[in-house]
Amino acid sequence: MPKNPNVKKVLVIGSGPIVIGQAAEFDYAGTQACRSLKEEGVEVVLVNSNPATIMTDKDIADHVYIEPLTGKVLEQIIEKEKPDSILPTLGGQAGLNLGMELEESGFLASHHVTLLGTTAATIRKAEDRQEFKDTMEKIGEPCAASKVVENIEDGVAFVKSIGYPVVLRPAYTLGGSGGGIAHNQIELEEILANGLRLSRVGQVLVERCIAGWKEIEYEVMRDGAGNCITVCNMENIDPVGVHTGDSIVVAPSQTLSDKEYQMLRSAALNIISELAITGGCNVQFALHPTSFEYCVIEVNPRVSRSSALASKATGYPIAKVAAKIALGYTLDEITNSITGKTCACFEPALDYCVVKLPRLPFDKFLTAKRTLTTQMKATGEVMSICQNFEGALMKAIRSLEQHVDCLLSYDFSDLSADELKERLRIVDDQRTYVIAEALRKGVSQEDIHEITQIDIWFIDKLAVLTEMEARLREEPLSTELLKEAKRMEFPDQVIAKLTGMSEDEVRQKRYEHGITAAFKMVDTCAAEFEASTPYYYSCFGSENEAVRTTGRKKVLVLGSGPIRIGQGIEFDYCSVHATWAFSRAGYETIIINNNPETVSTDFDIADKLYFEPLTPEDVENIVRLEEPDGAIVQFGGQTAIKLTESLMKMGVPILGTRAEDVDAAEDRELFDRILEQTQIPRAAGGTVYTAQEAKEVANRLGYPVLVRPSYVLGGQGMQIAINDQEIEEFMEIINRIAQDHPILVDKYLQGKEIEVDAVCDGTDILIPGIMEHIERTGVHSGDSISVYPAHTIDEKVKEKIAEYTRRLAKALHVKGLINIQFIAIGEEVYVIEVNPRSSRTVPYISKVTGIPIVDLASEVIIGKTIRELGYEPGLQKEVDYVAIKMPVFSFEKIRGAEISLGPEMKSTGECLGIAPTFQEALYKAFLGSGVDLPRFKQMIITVKDADKGEAIEIGRRFERLGYTIYATRSTAAALREAGIRARKVNKIQQESPTVMDLILGHKIDLVIDTPTQGRDKSRDGFLIRRTAIETGVNCLTSLDTARALVTSLETARAGELTLVDVAEL
Amino acid sequence: MKAFLILEDGTVFEGIHIGARREMISEIVFNTSMAGYPEVLTDPSYAGQAVCMTYPLIGNYGVCTEDMESVRPWPDGFIVRELSRIPSNFRSDKSIGQFLEEYDVPGIAGIDTRALTRLLREKGTMNGMITTDASYNIEEVLPRLRAYTTGKVVERVTCREKYQVRGARDMAENGPVSGSAVYTGQKEKRPTLVRRLNGAGKRVALLDLGMKRNIADSLAQRGIDVTVYPAFTPAEEILGEQPDGIMLSNGPGDPKECGDIIREVRKLYESGVPVFAICLGHQLMALATGADTYKLKYGHRGGNHPVKDLQTGRVYISSQNHGYVVDMDRLDARTARPAFVNANDGTCEGLAYVQKPVFTVQYHPEACPGPQDSGYLFDRFIEMMEVGKNA
Repeated sequence: MPKNPNVKKVLVIGSGPIVIGQAAEFDYAGTQACRSLKEEGVEVVLVNSNPATIMTDKDIADHVYIEPLTGKVLEQIIEKEKPDSILPTLGGQAGLNLGMELEESGFLASHHVTLLGTTAATIRKAEDRQEFKDTMEKIGEPCAASKVVENIEDGVAFVKSIGYPVVLRPAYTLGGSGGGIAHNQIELEEILANGLRLSRVGQVLVERCIAGWKEIEYEVMRDGAGNCITVCNMENIDPVGVHTGDSIVVAPSQTLSDKEYQMLRSAALNIISELAITGGCNVQFALHPTSFEYCVIEVNPRVSRSSALASKATGYPIAKVAAKIALGYTLDEITNSITGKTCACFEPALDYCVVKLPRLPFDKFLTAKRTLTTQMKATGEVMSICQNFEGALMKAIRSLEQHVDCLLSYDFSDLSADELKERLRIVDDQRTYVIAEALRKGVSQEDIHEITQIDIWFIDKLAVLTEMEARLREEPLSTELLKEAKRMEFPDQVIAKLTGMSEDEVRQKRYEHGITAAFKMVDTCAAEFEASTPYYYSCFGSENEAVRTTGRKKVLVLGSGPIRIGQGIEFDYCSVHATWAFSRAGYETIIINNNPETVSTDFDIADKLYFEPLTPEDVENIVRLEEPDGAIVQFGGQTAIKLTESLMKMGVPILGTRAEDVDAAEDRELFDRILEQTQIPRAAGGTVYTAQEAKEVANRLGYPVLVRPSYVLGGQGMQIAINDQEIEEFMEIINRIAQDHPILVDKYLQGKEIEVDAVCDGTDILIPGIMEHIERTGVHSGDSISVYPAHTIDEKVKEKIAEYTRRLAKALHVKGLINIQFIAIGEEVYVIEVNPRSSRTVPYISKVTGIPIVDLASEVIIGKTIRELGYEPGLQKEVDYVAIKMPVFSFEKIRGAEISLGPEMKSTGECLGIAPTFQEALYKAFLGSGVDLPRFKQMIITVKDADKGEAIEIGRRFERLGYTIYATRSTAAALREAGIRARKVNKIQQESPTVMDLILGHKIDLVIDTPTQGRDKSRDGFLIRRTAIETGVNCLTSLDTARALVTSLETARAGELTLVDVAEL
Repeated sequence: MKAFLILEDGTVFEGIHIGARREMISEIVFNTSMAGYPEVLTDPSYAGQAVCMTYPLIGNYGVCTEDMESVRPWPDGFIVRELSRIPSNFRSDKSIGQFLEEYDVPGIAGIDTRALTRLLREKGTMNGMITTDASYNIEEVLPRLRAYTTGKVVERVTCREKYQVRGARDMAENGPVSGSAVYTGQKEKRPTLVRRLNGAGKRVALLDLGMKRNIADSLAQRGIDVTVYPAFTPAEEILGEQPDGIMLSNGPGDPKECGDIIREVRKLYESGVPVFAICLGHQLMALATGADTYKLKYGHRGGNHPVKDLQTGRVYISSQNHGYVVDMDRLDARTARPAFVNANDGTCEGLAYVQKPVFTVQYHPEACPGPQDSGYLFDRFIEMMEVGKNA
């Protein structure tokens, strides 16, 4: 079937801000799909509230709306742009839900807009629990005994008939939000109540617990003519019970015989055919470990995280093919872009093993529960490819960048065999390491299997690794042993540690015996056909297929690894744009990265893609082969910056700002000297290594002080301390992670925080714009609402900021990007920190000013000047719009996490509000982040004493908007005294009804709670905040944010929003 | 112990020895299936060849006797990247190492199978030797390798005497229908996709040219009584039993080596009894009716080849194992027309005969290993027999 000629203009819905359960994979999918649509001559209108994405670039779509993803906004866009079709299956659950909303309301039909790809009826069949169950029953595909309930009583009654434990899954939520396993009635009632509230349709599926079964997934494609293929299957090492997003996943399945493999494959095809899905689809099965019984767990009628993983694992571009199918093509009409010869209607054959590990955020949320459940918690993931499972696992571990490089990285050696067996019952992110220690302590594989239900095959593979550790410790390092250790991808560093040699000695020995990494191609066909796509992975003891190319100048672009809090999709945006810019300038480009969710690891972004860990050793393997003319580190976040020194040692020139200058910005003393020389003030402070030193500095400066490690991103470990005791507490936490770098203690200044990104060519600078944070200093810049153009500082201050930026960039000899944060107190401007590299505001400021600063920075690095690029240096003219970047959090996903904002970053993503006025932009930004008020017009205020004055002003404004204000005792008293009719509520430990009862009553729009200082989480405030978050109530912990919210509500017009096509800026 | 794989072009791979400890010379081919090595090993079509699995981790789930497609493994040798040191699966009866030893099949592990595959892809299928003798003399070995041919292998693999496979009389005999298996705590019969006994009461003669067991089972599960005949059975004997339909199975080797059988196949064709043929059977029918076959550079062996059914336009993913193919350019349109083509390279995947109720496919609707998508062809064969009966 050729392309449908009626499709000329398509609205593509993105997935919005990055949250746990919906991450960068949708930028990857959306970008691939948009490019694919444009390739077919289709005009693309894109809507996505997330400015950090590549898909919202004007070269990806023809019209770009970075607007809140609500039904109303979409209706407005459709009315304005008049697309003939809408593609909702590439924007994750968020996009799908929106598409359905418009379809169900009849809006699409009345505006003659066709839903492309899978039909609404199909989506309902797959998403609605009851319809899905009925459909499965009809075609004889089994589901676990289950029932959809809409109230707690029905749930309890049903479970009486099937018995505990049961799994609970709310309908239409992301990443399993609000789900869980209940072992008794108390747990059942609790989880059920929560799930019913979170579900868009108030439905929760209660089902027979199949925890412990094998979890197997199939990625399936189907076209309009009914042709079906499975792109790949994947086996979760963690049995059913852990969300697949948090599981260790291997592709293809390892422990299934052809009979089981084909049984489930046929079932997957049977399901996709019955549902009549056109496009991509993910089917999850639970397979009984000792029989042929299986259950269909779930079907996602859209591209998903798993499909991104499957795409990268096989080389099969699922999103691209899905887009072509949506246009009417059949699978056999689409070319396999890897081979260029065969068609897309085939199933990739892998000749390697792929392992995916989740990147969990417990390093950010120290108080959170580490246990893994059906509720996804990972913010990102890493993937690795090797010829064997052991090697793939080892490579994936070190790709995580969590200070782990082997199975010894978490030390459980002080536990006895019995204690380990007990510990194995806890399903958390460290379980693999516990299994390894149990194996070392002689616990039998059968016992471990009995407890964990993990297949013996995987446990044996872990045993292979622990046996190798023992051999390296005990035996002399023969060539054979070294070869074998490298075959399993033991890094030199670990071999050195185990053998007592130095890393250099190990490396030397390797080179002497020719034990070097070889690179193999990912070609979708196990070498059966010749492929031309340069997508490589490394392994040892093999023939090398990657050829050193010569001719053009060659640049190495280091990616940013897994998505984590503090280092998100923004850096992938920067890496991809830098790659394109260098490519345009005639360079051969090489990307190294290990994140399967991102655009940068798509095989057609760079000339060559190496899917590898980003450690010095792994990078060196590539450098030795490719001998690049230079490396770019300033776009890949801290991951890439950390590799600077190693790259220089390898003799690879760092392009752009030199390493010494990067150091000068991070090194306290060097930087102080630069500030002195440039006459720029900063908060007084000192460099320390011990708690004692820290206390001395703090007392000299006077509390409060800011304590933070150097060389980190996202303010990891940063805290405001108000006394000696807190200093000790923080220093202990910081020092838990080995510190090569000193810790900084600064006087804490409170003022307006200002942020600037600039391009410097060595002489001139270009500042696209100045951003101002709504929250005062003390809240991490990534968690602050950021406003462009800066709206409360005057021209004089702006000039001063531009001048300081120019001085700093020059003094640091910046070539490329620089990011600076300032504090403005009155007319005074202090510098907080300088990062001579890209930052998370780069995509945002580029889009809202229309100045492509990554491209410019890349050109500057190549040798052009700002003037040559057609720009007048200095601070650029402000645009006529106000653009506000709003942080978005995923607190509800992380049980026990402290939600109050501080110097350590906690947000997972961001969205944008862009409008002609500050108020409307603010309103849009809140709306985009999910704050859709007012609803019940009731709120709770409970603030610390120091904040009462400001709380009065804010309370009064909310009251004027018709809000009923509840407040705890002292806050209520203060409000009443000021003439606000606040209603007093009891504190938690007092008699009912308390503030908690109020929150649980589901009639509250908003809680404003400013935390008392200190990190004691047992305080009331912590409980109130957690309860609010977990029951879906908006909770603000900064009065600045609250003030912004009330401002936006005061001016919110119920009617139309002003749409801004960013592609026209 | 060290082992060596020496190829006709002089390339030597060093690995470790697995299976039986003896030297072997054979034609080296590769298979890209990621699961299903026991079925590959027991597929008689591999007689006279040594198989390299391109998936690097082999033996993970051991060998389940129930999954064997014939009574023994047939390849002369087995070549893998890594042999799992333990088998893990609830049905596993033995490890692959034990299995190879038991049936005296030598093999080699630990070699770069991807490099070998690339070599075979570039240079075409080659002969090779697996040996544990480190002091081999390459000058002496190469002429022996070049001299090797698979020869007349069908006679080695076909059954000695005819036998019956009784058709299922009710669905329960087939074991659970896929999707409805419920764990009983016992090792269960594997599930079937067959949901109807639509062949009940029919009798099919199946000529065993090196048959995979699941061809007979696919018929029997649909209720058909099957008589399996040795490859060299005269056509008269088969036709004398008045079967409702005839099936020609898969099998090993160069179809042109089967002159005697082709003559009998011609008679079966002439008889007007509905015929469905698979793989070697398909090639023999083509040769018997005047078409030609040729050898592919490195064959199709795996579970991911797309086949287009020209009758419906649908594309199915198929299980394949063939080194020879029917030449579509030299087809007589008055005899047969292409019914199925490979969506990748456009080669012939099946023929519909114009004058007789005969259709044949190059690939494997019986799967095992590989996708089960083409099982519908057995139903098409049943329909063809119905038409024949009514006519």
